[in-house]
Amino acid sequence: MSAKADIIAETGLQFFGKISASISHELKNVMAIVNENAGLLEDLTAMAEQGRPLDPARLKLMAAAVQKQVGRADKILNSMNRFAHTIDATVAEVDLNQTIELFMALTDRFILMRGIKVDLQLPDQPLKIPTAPYFLINLLWLCLDFAMSASGDDKQVRLEVEKTEDSIRIRFRQLEGLTEVLLKTFPSGRENSLLAVLEAALAAEPERREIVLRLPRSGL
Amino acid sequence: MFAKVLLVDDEKDFLDIMAERMGARGMDVSTTTSAETALKMVQTESYDVVIMDFLMPEMDGFRALKLFKETRPDVQIILLTANVPEEKCIEAIKLGAMDVIEKPADLNLLTQKIEEAKARKLK
Repeated sequence: MSAKADIIAETGLQFFGKISASISHELKNVMAIVNENAGLLEDLTAMAEQGRPLDPARLKLMAAAVQKQVGRADKILNSMNRFAHTIDATVAEVDLNQTIELFMALTDRFILMRGIKVDLQLPDQPLKIPTAPYFLINLLWLCLDFAMSASGDDKQVRLEVEKTEDSIRIRFRQLEGLTEVLLKTFPSGRENSLLAVLEAALAAEPERREIVLRLPRSGL
Repeated sequence: MFAKVLLVDDEKDFLDIMAERMGARGMDVSTTTSAETALKMVQTESYDVVIMDFLMPEMDGFRALKLFKETRPDVQIILLTANVPEEKCIEAIKLGAMDVIEKPADLNLLTQKIEEAKARKLK
């Protein structure tokens, strides 16, 4: 394998591991709440056996709490399933809006942990492009991760998607902490290898406080 | 005397039900979803034990642990968390955590740990 292919394989595996770990963490949180509801049901049953009547309203609340967590787990697993299938084909036609929404769902927890607010602006119409979906999501994460580091004290990132004649521009804006010093480490070999696979380009514009990812609308 | 417990977790639904179950076991339970608020609460109140999620928004678990221990060296801290690699658990114990318990947890086990924490604090 070439050095570039090695980097892509390593970066891709690391990203898969990161997302899998996050999903397992989220599902454990869901299970913990379901487990406590089961525990509370046991507590109430034990009290009922000692003569304290069961309160139907309390039981209804517990059922609703469990249903809420089942719905949450279902969403997490749907995202996980869609993510897993992004590796099915190296290149596929995707609706970029849907891909970015999936990306946001997968990385939501990382964004929350960093205390950053991401304002997402997607076009009203579907944006179909041929791309390598898995690598695109991987690259979007690396860009967002960098953008969050460059968000400064504002802790906000605006993510905008625009269509031009021959490309799609994904802009990470409002990066108040974006400096030339930060840009010495970005893009690194990981990002450059993924950019090459996607035939994409990345431009940093510190004076405009943004980085712009350009994806081709055709080809690949 | 029952244990005075501060529960810290960004999962509000989890906090509420844990507090209800622990309260029914006679514990005096306070809750917060924010590690920063928890730190303030520890400064003004004396808790026997702080039960804290390791991965919380705004504050890394190691940093929170250090700050809690600096503020109240006698406070016992149990980390209750979904998934933490073993090396991080060891690091947390080195930094002064009394124990690390994985979610979903057995409340009977947690109650034992709370009693142990209270006894340690009284020493």
